[in-house]
Amino acid sequence: MAWAQKILRVNLNEGTVKSEPLNMEWADAYLGQRGLATKYLIEETDPKCDPMGPDNKLIFATGPLTGTMASTGGRYSVITKGPLTGAIACSNSGGYLGAELKAAGWDMVIFEGKSDKPVYLYINNDTAELRDASHLWGTSVWDTDKQLHKDHHDPLLRVACVGRSAEQGCMYSAIVNDMHRAAGRSGVGAVMASKNVKALAVRGTKGVGNIKDPMGFMKATEEGKKVLRENAVTGQGLPAYGTQVLMNVINGMGALPTRNMSEVQFEGAENISGEAMHEPRESDGKPNLTTNAACFGCTIACGRISTIDKTHFTIENKPQYWGASGGLEYEAAWALGADTGVDDLDALTYANFVCNEDGMDPITLGATVAAAMELYKIGAITKEQTGGIEFNFGSAEALAAAVEWVASGEGFGKDLALGSKRMCEKYGHPELSMTVKGQEFPAYDPRGVQGMGLTYATSNRGACHLRSYTIASEVLGIPVKTDPLETEGKAALVKAFQDATAAFDSSGLCLFTSFAWSLDDVAPQLDTACEGGWSTEKLVEVGERIWNLEREYNRLAGFTAADDTLPKRLLKDAANVGPAAGRVNDLDKMLPEYYELRGWTTDGVVTDETKARLGL
Amino acid sequence: MLRALHIEPSQCTGCLQCEMACSYENTGAFNPARSRIKVFNFHDQGRFSPYTCTQCAEAWCQLACPVDAITVNAATGAKEVNESTCVGCKVCTISCPFGTVNYDSATSKVVKCDLCGGDPWCAKACPTGAITYIDADHEGMTKMRAWAQQGLGEGFSRTAKTNAPVEKSVQTYVKG
Repeated sequence: MAWAQKILRVNLNEGTVKSEPLNMEWADAYLGQRGLATKYLIEETDPKCDPMGPDNKLIFATGPLTGTMASTGGRYSVITKGPLTGAIACSNSGGYLGAELKAAGWDMVIFEGKSDKPVYLYINNDTAELRDASHLWGTSVWDTDKQLHKDHHDPLLRVACVGRSAEQGCMYSAIVNDMHRAAGRSGVGAVMASKNVKALAVRGTKGVGNIKDPMGFMKATEEGKKVLRENAVTGQGLPAYGTQVLMNVINGMGALPTRNMSEVQFEGAENISGEAMHEPRESDGKPNLTTNAACFGCTIACGRISTIDKTHFTIENKPQYWGASGGLEYEAAWALGADTGVDDLDALTYANFVCNEDGMDPITLGATVAAAMELYKIGAITKEQTGGIEFNFGSAEALAAAVEWVASGEGFGKDLALGSKRMCEKYGHPELSMTVKGQEFPAYDPRGVQGMGLTYATSNRGACHLRSYTIASEVLGIPVKTDPLETEGKAALVKAFQDATAAFDSSGLCLFTSFAWSLDDVAPQLDTACEGGWSTEKLVEVGERIWNLEREYNRLAGFTAADDTLPKRLLKDAANVGPAAGRVNDLDKMLPEYYELRGWTTDGVVTDETKARLGL
Repeated sequence: MLRALHIEPSQCTGCLQCEMACSYENTGAFNPARSRIKVFNFHDQGRFSPYTCTQCAEAWCQLACPVDAITVNAATGAKEVNESTCVGCKVCTISCPFGTVNYDSATSKVVKCDLCGGDPWCAKACPTGAITYIDADHEGMTKMRAWAQQGLGEGFSRTAKTNAPVEKSVQTYVKG
């Protein structure tokens, strides 16, 4: 079987580590990664706990296919109670760390309690120990990564760590691995830093070898790769343009939220698009995009590696930014760009680099800067707060300053680090925060793509596109084309996507494979790797079980149906231009049907029958 | 026909499918740490480079081995380590100018690429064509062709399309 069947429990109060067998009964019911770690979290912690307190736990979890030759089989997730939302947080990352953890022989690492001094966890196969991190505290992700490689004399060490923003309590700080891949959303980095854990450094040389049916597995994964290769999105669009292939498409649909979601089309979209990243710059004749790159095991390679023009105002005399690093993905380009009204591609790339360097979620950061710009526009904040800087929509200078402040936790960065909900409340305008359950929206305006409204409103981790990416159907026609302006049928679509996504996220595979793969393609890969009879039907059931378990966690944490909503701006203020002009999001037409399809009460509570059916 | 592994670093995305394939074929586990081909990641430059043994015709490792544990596979040209003969002295790892013979502490022997007996798994697994297994005499041809094409400029292809003889002035222009 492809599970390592072992978890590492780290007690930070005592400073001890111990190995435990993986609960295989739970693995059969929740598969791995997102689902399985959620099960552990709900069994071991009180959902009402303070996310930043010692009673919260922080789980790094791989899936059964992590570390195998299955395409994209390198994912891990961080599961905890999120400080930004107070809901279940589950942030997924690629890069190489997940596979390294699995190759070291561990399915999961559970951090519990709180260390009284900064530490990092060093894992070398079966050996794991907490080490002093006082020399790393106060340093960036990039410096921590560099220093740990130096300390261990090991160029192949894989590092996941938090930057300065997390140490300063930034509510949306990320855990960054391999310098530029991140478990990005909901503030999982802040939880790690609250426990005084700076980094996880892993070296695994045992590999993943206990495949159930090796010949069958090689055949199934090869067939999966063929499907990815021959699909237009995964075979061509994503390698060439990354997720940024969407910028011009979504803008054309009138679904690109602009200037804190007050508009739905951005006049500068073309300048910050995937196509623009390929264009040689006037200044130095080089394009922003240096190359595409893959995460561990990935045959798609959608990752963007970019280089900023050395003479750009953001990096003049700052050689640490002259090299290549992780560039703009679509959501980051939108949040840092369209949502703030900034169309300077290199300025956005700089902001993205700083997010890599000091571990911030660029979606929430960009959306929070956008909200601050609107507060500035209406006079709710002034130069007094912004340290004398004009904080206007469209100002690349303001964006660059803002990201630096959040990274270091200085000045106005303290307000920005709260996220838009708390910041807008502080300045008396909660209505300007574009959030659900405290988490900022990503790059699809639900007035122009109706299903995404239901996706955001019901997402278990707060506003998020990665819980049911109905864009696939409503825009790209995967698996079937549905009308983005229509609400009928969207409840069923969202439910189906949510359940399938939960299964993908628990397998060790990347959700982006689902542009080409359905669970029919995943099932044979899992079933040849693992015991348990992993059919499509079983995966759908496991996905639904996971979704309901997360929902239960949130109910126990204090969430109700009243939290399944959208900001008034999206429900009352119609889109001003484009194909969706005149439309708001008709959430009320979809939500009751969704509850019914889920087998929940009209108040959105999981019924006893549904629990019994799913074995919860 | 003697074949050789051909590597185009510019095509590599750093996915490590080659390392997994190599380790799986040789150790039975997906284990990049024990792969005989390594992909190096130059993050600051945004570049990846797979690297492995080039199977020297006159191999330093083979000459240096005090117990003759490294022999030539006549069919593939690969220099293969005979595990039962190897004493793990590591002299070959020192003598190899390219660092592509490595010590494996799991077996206390050295390991190196053996071309998988003539059907290298790394090349089969590479999704982008960065690693291919080609006629050894053609090694370098792709690169040569690319340079040759680059030297042509646009003028030549316009000329060629009409089958007109190449004007001397065009050739002079291209060289400049």
